[in-house]
Amino acid sequence: MAVTSRTAWLTTDSPTSRRQARLGQLYRQWLAFRRNRLALAGLGIVVALLLIAAFAPLLAPQDPLAQNLPGRLQPPSWQHLFGTDSLGRDIYSRIVYGTRVTLVIVILVVILVGPIGLLIGAASGYLGGWVDRLLMRITDVFLAFPRLVLALAFVAALGPGLENAVIAIAITAWPPYARVARAETLIIRSQDYIAAVRLQGASQWRIVWKHVVPMCLPSLIVRTTLDMAGIILTAAGLGFLGLGAQPPIPEWGAMISAGREQIFDQWWVATFPGLAICIVALGFNLLGDGLRDVMDQR
Amino acid sequence: MTATPAIAVEKLNVFFGDSHVVKDLSFTVSPGESYGIVGESGSGKSTVLRVLAGLNRDWSGAVAILGESQPKLRSKAFYRSSQMVFQDPYGSLHPKKTVDDTLAEPLTIHGLGDAQARIGRAMSDVGLPASFRFRYPHQLSGGQRQRVAIARALVLEPTILLLDEPTSALDVSIQAEVLNLLTSLRHARKLTYILVSHDLAVVAHMCERLLVMQFGAGVEEMTAATLAARAPKTDYARQLLTASEGFRRAG
Amino acid sequence: MSMPVAANANEQPLLELDDLRVDFHTPTGIVNAVRGLSFTLGRERLGIVGESGSGKSMTGRAILDLIPYPGVVSAGRMAYRGQNLLTMDKRSRRKLRGRHISMVMQDPKFSLNPVQTVGTQIAEAYRVHHKASAREARERSLSMLEAVQIREPARVYDLYPHEVSGGMGQRVMIAMMLIAEPEILIADEPTSALDVTVQLQVLKILDDLVTSRGMGLIFISHDLHLVQSFCDRVIVMYGGKAMETLPAAELSDEGARSRRHPYTLGLLGCLPELDRPKGKLATLTRDPAWLA
Repeated sequence: MAVTSRTAWLTTDSPTSRRQARLGQLYRQWLAFRRNRLALAGLGIVVALLLIAAFAPLLAPQDPLAQNLPGRLQPPSWQHLFGTDSLGRDIYSRIVYGTRVTLVIVILVVILVGPIGLLIGAASGYLGGWVDRLLMRITDVFLAFPRLVLALAFVAALGPGLENAVIAIAITAWPPYARVARAETLIIRSQDYIAAVRLQGASQWRIVWKHVVPMCLPSLIVRTTLDMAGIILTAAGLGFLGLGAQPPIPEWGAMISAGREQIFDQWWVATFPGLAICIVALGFNLLGDGLRDVMDQR
Repeated sequence: MTATPAIAVEKLNVFFGDSHVVKDLSFTVSPGESYGIVGESGSGKSTVLRVLAGLNRDWSGAVAILGESQPKLRSKAFYRSSQMVFQDPYGSLHPKKTVDDTLAEPLTIHGLGDAQARIGRAMSDVGLPASFRFRYPHQLSGGQRQRVAIARALVLEPTILLLDEPTSALDVSIQAEVLNLLTSLRHARKLTYILVSHDLAVVAHMCERLLVMQFGAGVEEMTAATLAARAPKTDYARQLLTASEGFRRAG
Repeated sequence: MSMPVAANANEQPLLELDDLRVDFHTPTGIVNAVRGLSFTLGRERLGIVGESGSGKSMTGRAILDLIPYPGVVSAGRMAYRGQNLLTMDKRSRRKLRGRHISMVMQDPKFSLNPVQTVGTQIAEAYRVHHKASAREARERSLSMLEAVQIREPARVYDLYPHEVSGGMGQRVMIAMMLIAEPEILIADEPTSALDVTVQLQVLKILDDLVTSRGMGLIFISHDLHLVQSFCDRVIVMYGGKAMETLPAAELSDEGARSRRHPYTLGLLGCLPELDRPKGKLATLTRDPAWLA
């Protein structure tokens, strides 16, 4: 009973409050999203990533930093599911704790990149003129360099480390977002509903913030999710090159890097972190695809 | 002495790059009058409306609204006197805002209190049931959307409404409902209308006087009675009139 | 000079349609766009009028097998000159389309390929259905452009779609659709995007082609006045059903009012009229029984 009345409350044609209208809208999007099996799988992977990170101490049988030199480079067994690395650390435990590192990178980059790209792009597209020219030239400068090379340069300047790696990735990741937001804004600004708010005497900032940005948001969320795989790979790449998270932090890229000397004899050292990166990147990609179908439609 | 006109346009010229889209246009509209502007696409009729509304800022000439000469950049007070209704009800409402959000926005911008009551009144004035208040545009039909757009224009209680083909995207039966609504609102609120349309019958039904435009210039100004009597003076106006009567098979 | 093609009364009708249905299977349920429409088309101008959602466009598309997914077409009978279209395989159906049955859409901008000149596209349309040399196709195209009253066909032949005006674009479309000399032309709001004066020129061309070639024309429109003045026969559609079929002349005939369907009368009543100013326009009350 309670369930059917809640569904009715969500799907009603005549909601009685803003909150009910918003929740109803979200519920309809969820229904559409749910029909896409692959997207659901992607969501499952991302949720699993969150849960593993949250409950890492419960899921990891051993301390990810505890060395055990006599037991080094052991193949997968019931005691060490994914084997041990060259310092005798349990790879399974390290991968479980590595989800936390990955999540930190992902969340920090999203917090930095999304808003910067969105604001620069929306302001550039809506205001036009010299603001547009200035902001877009800056964007072009950043776009002119290959992303990993630019990130490398920044890390080299800032010094290796997880925080600096995140900052470097963020600095190199925002320009495409600004481009997307600007392109969207150029379409949106010529719409009648924007003319209508202008006719109500709204200030430029109010129009950009309250009317243009909400329309750009869905495509940026989709883009961020799709980009997440790339961000994780870049972070892993920096880790692999020794410029990201520093040992002994269990970062997946750095783990692959550490295993590269044994890649032919002790395959498991590099393979399992590699698989973890693949699965998480795939999860974000599938999720992004599903979100695009639901959110980007007009 | 006659009363100050609600709208006075003198020697209005608009250029888009090299093309001269409005040429030396002058007309006046009295308070409470409904004035039609008729023309084919490219006649500049919608551009005139956008200049009056302050949406187009590249023009020369003189525009006075309620006796006040208007600068290119309008004051906030101007928007409380004049509002506009657009042609396409599917493009003129923000897709991510409920009816309530749309109607509350002008009230917030102008710092008007009592939003609840004002929104309720605006909705009942345009014949929208209160249960539609928290619907999104995609949950409304074309006619209902146009009612929301009219409510949005009226919520600031303007005296002038600029109507840009308000019914040309609607089915005829819905057009009749919206035109009836516009007529009764005008009488109840003593509004001044400028109605831009390509449909002579709609203009004759809604307006007392009208201006026929072609290639950016005013061709002929006449009363609705002249139009109904099929007695325009200029060839072009007569040609439009004949064309609007439908197809005629020769011999 | 024009051949009296329409004469033979014993001839099979160009198109027979019985109990046409178009259903869309959406996640939220089945939407019936057309429900049980029947008519036959001879060498005439048949108008289909209705408001949005009446199923008039879907009818035109169903005949050409152009209903998009997830739409499903079914019918008791659908035949072109006696050939059953329902049992015909996709290939033959495609061959029929364009060669024998053609369609003109509302907006020429979206129907022409922007990176090819209009002439090439018309010539291409000809060569798809006829074995012809490039030169012959070009000559046919030029004479077709002339037939749709384009003044300098040789100049227009080399223009790109964005270089022609709306009215001319629509004439180009008609030329392209007619070069294969189809027996049936389906025109879906062919003049709605055009100005009134241009609209009449385009209609004139269609009219001449029907008269001189004995083509069957299905003219789909929302404009009652236009259909009434242009067509021979009119089907009034509402909610996927035909409310009534009547001779076009009767739409304006005051004496025939009592015989009209209330929906038709309602549509006529809510139009503002130049000659008879109305204080308030009549509004339409829809009777659910019409769809029963």
